[in-house]
Parts: sequence; C-alpha cells; structure tokens
Amino acid sequence: MTSAIVLASVLGEFSDGLDFLFHERESVAGGVQVGGSTMWPLLGKHLEVVGLAMLFAILVAVPLGLYLGHSGRGDFAASSISNVGRSVPAIALVLFFSSYLGLSLINLVFAMTLLAIPPIFTNTYVGVRQVEDDIVDAARGMGLSGLQIVRKVQLPLALPLVFGGVRTSVVNVIATATLGPFAGVLTLGDPIINASVYGEAGRVGTAMLVAALAIVAEILFAALQRAVTPAALRPPRRSLRERLGAPARLHQVADTPT
Amino acid sequence: MSPPTLAQVTIRDRTSDEPSCVAQNGFCPDWIRDHIGDYMAPLLRHLELTVVSVLAGFVIAFALALLAHRRRWLTGPITGITGVMYTIPSLALFAILLPITGFGFVTGVIALTSYNLLVIFRNIVAGLDNVPDAAKDAATGMGMTDRQRLWQVELPLAIPEIVAGVRVATTTTVGLAALAFIAGAGGLGQQIITDIVFKSNIVIASVLCILLAAALDLAILAVQRAALPWRRVPV
Repeated sequence: MTSAIVLASVLGEFSDGLDFLFHERESVAGGVQVGGSTMWPLLGKHLEVVGLAMLFAILVAVPLGLYLGHSGRGDFAASSISNVGRSVPAIALVLFFSSYLGLSLINLVFAMTLLAIPPIFTNTYVGVRQVEDDIVDAARGMGLSGLQIVRKVQLPLALPLVFGGVRTSVVNVIATATLGPFAGVLTLGDPIINASVYGEAGRVGTAMLVAALAIVAEILFAALQRAVTPAALRPPRRSLRERLGAPARLHQVADTPT
Repeated sequence: MSPPTLAQVTIRDRTSDEPSCVAQNGFCPDWIRDHIGDYMAPLLRHLELTVVSVLAGFVIAFALALLAHRRRWLTGPITGITGVMYTIPSLALFAILLPITGFGFVTGVIALTSYNLLVIFRNIVAGLDNVPDAAKDAATGMGMTDRQRLWQVELPLAIPEIVAGVRVATTTTVGLAALAFIAGAGGLGQQIITDIVFKSNIVIASVLCILLAAALDLAILAVQRAALPWRRVPV
C-alpha cells in the first residue's frame, strides 16, 4: 500500500519533469518563464559548446596521434595521458579554467577540449600502431612516401578506432557541458544545478533530456563508426557484445564515463 | 545562475588589513596550510563514496559474470544494459535518482555503482575466457568438480584481468564522485562548490582528488602483488 503511494509520487515527479520540457511554466520564485520553448536556447548553447570542443579536439588529437603513431614515438604519452585523464574531475578542470581565465564560453570550450583530446588521441595512436608492419612495408615497397602511407594506408585502417575515440569524447563532452553554468555559460546543466530556480520538475526533466542526448549520440556515432570502416574490414554484423565488450586495459584505448 | 556565495564567508579569512593573497584571490600556500584540515572530512567522504561504490559494483558484477559464465547467452544482454547505464551522464543520473532515493549518500553510491558494472563485468568475463584450456583440462583431469575448477583454477588465473578492471573502475569513480554533491552525497566536489571562484580552494580540492585516485590505484596494485606471489617476476 505504502509502496504504491511512493511509486505513484515517483512517477508523478517524472511525468512532471517531462511536462516541464514540453510546456512553459513560471519559475519557482516567479516572474520568469522556464521550461518548454525556453529550453531551446539552453539546448542550442549546449550543442554549440559540444560542437566547438569536439572540433578543436579532433583538430589537435588526430594529427598528433597520426604523427606519433606513424613515427612510433609516444607509447608512454598514449598510456599516461589516458590514465591521468581518467582521474581528473571534469568539474575541477572547468572551474580551474574559469577561475584563472575568467567566465566565458571560450574558456569552457577550452576546458572541454582538454577533456575530449585524450580518448581521440589514444585511439588514433593505437589505431595507427595496430596496422601490421607488413602492410606498411608493402606500401613503402610500392614507392609511397611517408605522408602517402599515413593518408592512404594507416589513416583508413585506423579510422574505426579514431571514430571510436570521437564517440567516447562526444558522449563525455555532452555530459560535461552540463557544468557550463559554473563557467558562466547557460547550457542544459542550468536547470539541473539550479533547481531552486527551475524547480524539481526542471531538474528531473532536463536530466532525462541530457541522458537521452548522450544515448542518442552514442548510437549515432556507433553507426557513423561502422559507416567509416573500410568495407574490407567490416565484419558482416557486429553484435552488441563485440561493440561494447572489449575488456578495459590500463594502457589501452580510453573509454570513461562522465 | 547564481553561484553559491553563502559559504565564501566561512571559507575565506579576511581578518588581515593589508590586501592578502586570499583577498587577491591568488594561489595561497599559507592559506592552504592553515585550512587543509577543512578538507579532511570531505576527503574521507570521497573515499567512502569510492570504496563503497567499487565494492558494491564488484559484488554485483561478479555475480553477473558468474551467471554469464554459466549461461553464455546472457553476456550480450548484460553488456548491453550495463553499457546504457555507463553512457548516462553522471550529473543527469544523480538528478534522475533524486525523486526515487532522495538526497544523500545512498543516491550517490547507487549512481557511482552503476558506472562500475560494465568495466568490472567485462573484465571478469574476459579474464575467465582467457584461462588456457590446458589448465582447465588439467583441473578436470585431476578430478575437480566444475565448482572447484572455477574457484581454485579459473578465478585465480583471471585475477590480473579482474584487478585491471577494478583499477580502472576505482580511478574513474574518484573522478565521478566529484559530482556527487548534486545528489547531496558530499565529497570533495561539495568542497569545490563552496567557493567556485577561489583558486586555492579549487586547486587543493582537485589535487586531493587526483592524489586519492593515485593512492587507491597503488593500494590495489600492492594488494595484487601480495596476493599473487607466483606472478612476481624475479629481477
């Protein structure tokens, strides 16, 4: 009997959260409209931050990973970057940058770029290193230059792992962008952090939206990862277990929840 | 957005007349030396959150892995479900759990535990899969039952993979626990947000976080070395 009442009130809070996402309402203190269509600017800012951080991270991490992977230097960097990166709290990084550089969108993007780089870098590096030496030797024997080997052999063969890193980072960055309000940027994290303004419904509703966003991104980028895999490397059909099932190793491909 | 300003009063010491390091919001070794004690309770709470979550995650993942070891087809569904839990952003999960379990330590532990399941589960499964067939055959040949073989041969041989999973889970949990303040579970994250503009505060809480992760990682490594004398390579 009591558990039925508890269940009803929990379900009530969740449906109130959904209602918040679809219909505007007055804020807790009154005077301001929150929820519904006022969520669009928050979503837009959230995606802007994610897009910029991912762009910068890819521009830095992929060339660096390709170069170090091609030249074979950087085993230590690849393992230590992913290990240290795991234990640095995202909120610490965001607040560190905003307290030293000031509150602004670009500082938030900067902090999140740093969070997004390790998985992409490590995966690119590992992706290039795992290309068999015989293949690289054959390409060199055919007269390809170093740059051509990178572009025509190593990058295509590493692409699935590179996109694996991008996928990990996108999900990370979508999660971390919720900390935007601490850096003065109003992202989807605002209703979660400032429940005193948006109310409990705002917090729960937005949290569900962010969770859905992360899961959709994960699925989307998994599909993209499959699409960029060279046809010759593409297994007929990969099960969920194969996609998620590689065991975690300390010195390998980075993959962290956020 | 209004940053929590209330607690600044308690954390900053403005008694001195001249503009001190603290008033200028610099990085203040003196202030840190005087106030390091304030960080011990949150550090301890952070440690508690991490240890309880990793232990709970290990127990659940271990049970699931043994189940999947016996019923192979369960591996896919279990990996899928724990994989979805792993994808949900922690800040969102803390908030989603609030209506169900309310503010406090328990909510923090539930969310953090859910992130440990995937990593530990798939490492135990992989560890058991990688046991050489010869070892299993030898155990069976010696007359061991399936249960004896699992506990006396397969699991001990899988320990390195299992420990690798626990290490990754532990360092990850230390980082994630910094957001547990959203669930009202305290920890170093709570200390960070008491004054989000004061540099010394942010730096010291973050450094403690990283040191905690490193210390736990080394501790697990030490336990592994002590528990697996046969893996010590003579130098």
